[in-house]
Amino acid sequence: MAEPALTNTGEALTRPAGWQQIAADWSSDQRAFKNVSWGKVMMWIFLLSDTFIFSCFLLSYMTVRMSTTVPWPNPSEVFALTIGGKSIPLILIAIMTFILISSSGTMAMAVNFGYRRDRARTAALMLATAAFGATFVGMQAFEWTKLITEGVRPWGNPWGAVQFGSSFFMITGFHGTHVTIGVIFLIIMARKVWRGDFDQERRGFFTSRKGNYEVVEIMGLYWHFVDLVWVFIFALFYLW
Amino acid sequence: MTDVTVRADDAIPAAEVEDVELYHPKSWVTKYVYCQDAKVIAIQYSLTAMAIGLVALVLSWLMRLQLAFPGSFSFIAPTDYYQFITMHGMIMVIYLLTALFLGGFGNYLIPLMVGARDMVFPYVNMLSYWIYLLAVLVLVASFFAPGGPTGAGWTLYPPQAILSGTPGRDWGIILMLASLILFIIGFTMGGLNYVVTVLQARTRGMTLMRMPLTVWGIFTATVMALLAFPALFAACVMMLFDRLLGTSFFMPSVVELGSYLQYGGGSPILWQHLFWFFGHPEVYIVALPAFGIVSDLISTHARKNIFGYRMMVWAIVAIGALSFVVWAHHMYVSGMDPNFGFFFATTTLIIAVPTAIKVYNWVLTLWRGDIHLTVPMLFALGFIVTFVNGGLTGLFLGNVVVDVPLSATMFVVAHFHMVMGVAPLLVIFGGIYHWYPKITGRMLNDRLGKFHFWITFLGAYAIFFPMHYLGLLGVPRRYYELGEMAFIPPSAATLNIFITAAALTVGAAQLVFFFNLAWSLFRGKLAGSNPWHATTLEWQTPQTPPAHGNWGKELPIVYRWAYDYSVPGAAQDFVPQNQPAATGAAA
Repeated sequence: MAEPALTNTGEALTRPAGWQQIAADWSSDQRAFKNVSWGKVMMWIFLLSDTFIFSCFLLSYMTVRMSTTVPWPNPSEVFALTIGGKSIPLILIAIMTFILISSSGTMAMAVNFGYRRDRARTAALMLATAAFGATFVGMQAFEWTKLITEGVRPWGNPWGAVQFGSSFFMITGFHGTHVTIGVIFLIIMARKVWRGDFDQERRGFFTSRKGNYEVVEIMGLYWHFVDLVWVFIFALFYLW
Repeated sequence: MTDVTVRADDAIPAAEVEDVELYHPKSWVTKYVYCQDAKVIAIQYSLTAMAIGLVALVLSWLMRLQLAFPGSFSFIAPTDYYQFITMHGMIMVIYLLTALFLGGFGNYLIPLMVGARDMVFPYVNMLSYWIYLLAVLVLVASFFAPGGPTGAGWTLYPPQAILSGTPGRDWGIILMLASLILFIIGFTMGGLNYVVTVLQARTRGMTLMRMPLTVWGIFTATVMALLAFPALFAACVMMLFDRLLGTSFFMPSVVELGSYLQYGGGSPILWQHLFWFFGHPEVYIVALPAFGIVSDLISTHARKNIFGYRMMVWAIVAIGALSFVVWAHHMYVSGMDPNFGFFFATTTLIIAVPTAIKVYNWVLTLWRGDIHLTVPMLFALGFIVTFVNGGLTGLFLGNVVVDVPLSATMFVVAHFHMVMGVAPLLVIFGGIYHWYPKITGRMLNDRLGKFHFWITFLGAYAIFFPMHYLGLLGVPRRYYELGEMAFIPPSAATLNIFITAAALTVGAAQLVFFFNLAWSLFRGKLAGSNPWHATTLEWQTPQTPPAHGNWGKELPIVYRWAYDYSVPGAAQDFVPQNQPAATGAAA
């Protein structure tokens, strides 16, 4: 049901530049964001709203970290892995972060090939992104398992403030849910691209509406957002 | 006015977007049940909200009976009373007012008023309603759960909300939090639609500064809701974990019956911050649509253009922005730093400026207008008076030194019922009387409407005016019964009986309203397409009620702002928005 992004009137919009363009666009009729489709605007606004949810979670985590009187466990020690007899701090998180950032790269390439109507490469790159995402979630599951076997629970842990476990499971869990949803939709969209739904204007199963290649870009917006949020979680939870 | 009215030689830009292709329903089920038409979704939202609102109305009766005749009713135990208070508040604020203004009025009016065929993503819009219905059902389920609904008060403050002394601690609070989370998810789906429709799907010629103020109010409120509900979402998730998993986000160390609970180290104040970061914008989420709708009602029924349209728009936007930096004025007694109190008192009082601009402009719109005292107009006038009254006590409570002694008294109850209970409800009634002819094609009965208005309006004052006095006496809110308190004179009990009598009367008058809604659907006078001679686009549809797709073959083109009433030299005392300037100025 996404809208064609182009201005299909034949006549190009003559628009001033810079701030004047913004003022002109907002005082014009029909659309405040010229040449931006409905779906893309909707995703941007959703991401703004989602930003507020993540901000609330992170601010709450910082608040309870300050309100508790019990010392906070040292993340460098908690998130260390012993590899070859040596304890390396934050090694798993470093790899996970690297993988997630890489997935943003493949996603960006998928968007590019999507606009070139290169079905095979777009689908392949989307699947690669999904694979990176699934790897990330898998490693997160490994991290959770390791901490749970060491005795970390939402209501307590062996090293200090109980809020450590609560915040950790809540924030990484909420982010992991976002990644998982992203992976599922990447696979669904990759299938649609591969099958050529957007070339044949095939109608969606639920919505009975036609899609187009722009959904790849909208998917990309979501994916990059989830990556960006991870950077903040990484900085505020693991490095602080 | 000249800068918003377009002259004939102003070219209307060509269409930028192809006309949309709608999903046309193929069966009764997809036409009336799983419907993607915003107008049907609006009616579904409204009926659901009104049904759950009736529950809240009955709860308020029960509370008033207890307050007037303490101890006379064996079926109202203290725990019941707390549950009534909690559910009444939560239902009215979230499931009735928010859902009715944004889901009901928003869905019906936004596409029609901006000249769109439907919301931009009708399927998501449909999901929004069904998730809202699910949230309502989960809420209702808590009445039948073991232990009943939660009795934590509508603010659900921890730690008491999840401790064993609070009624509904076992199931009620869990279902309440789950229902809120569902509501927020459902609302987000609808809210994204409303915002994108206003921003990106207006018809040709419909600039933002030509939109009716109703759309401005609902649009700004929706943007606010999309930014405020996340705080409530996060808070509900965390409290659910505190209750179910034993985390301690909001729970400090608590001694219960002589032994320590497993909680420790959390921050109860954190809940208050998150809750009110949502809660204060929420006040304006229900107020701004009311502001917008009332502006249109006044302008239409006084046959005069709205005074200071641009100022009205900017006041709505300013109130929306300011409401995000005032939340801690609900927390003056939480023990915060006095410097914060100073800051939040200042921002709170600054909000009075744009709000006062709006009130002055409404009054100046009425000034020397051709006022028709129709039922919608009566409700609109009632709103202005009530809102000013409630707003003035808001100025009292915004000041720290006045708020601290009045905190948790009936004065606060009187204040917020006036300003965000009665006032928005009057607008909802006015809006329904105004748009019912467009929705059904028939007028609501005028005599019943006037009866409904006078009982509701005067009754609301009979209920809430005395409460200010009770509050000043020091009568606390949320108390099951007063018992013997030296500082409360016996006359307070008499006053309580008076308030209860008024409340029962006003409640009964609402049944007249519901009867009117049902009766007029079949027996009401036929309305025609534009019974109020209004200018806005929803009255210019080819069919009444508007068909799926709203506009027939061609989308309307907008040539002027929404308030060309009594234009000198015009043939009629109103010029519809889609009438080109040349013909409008003729004769």
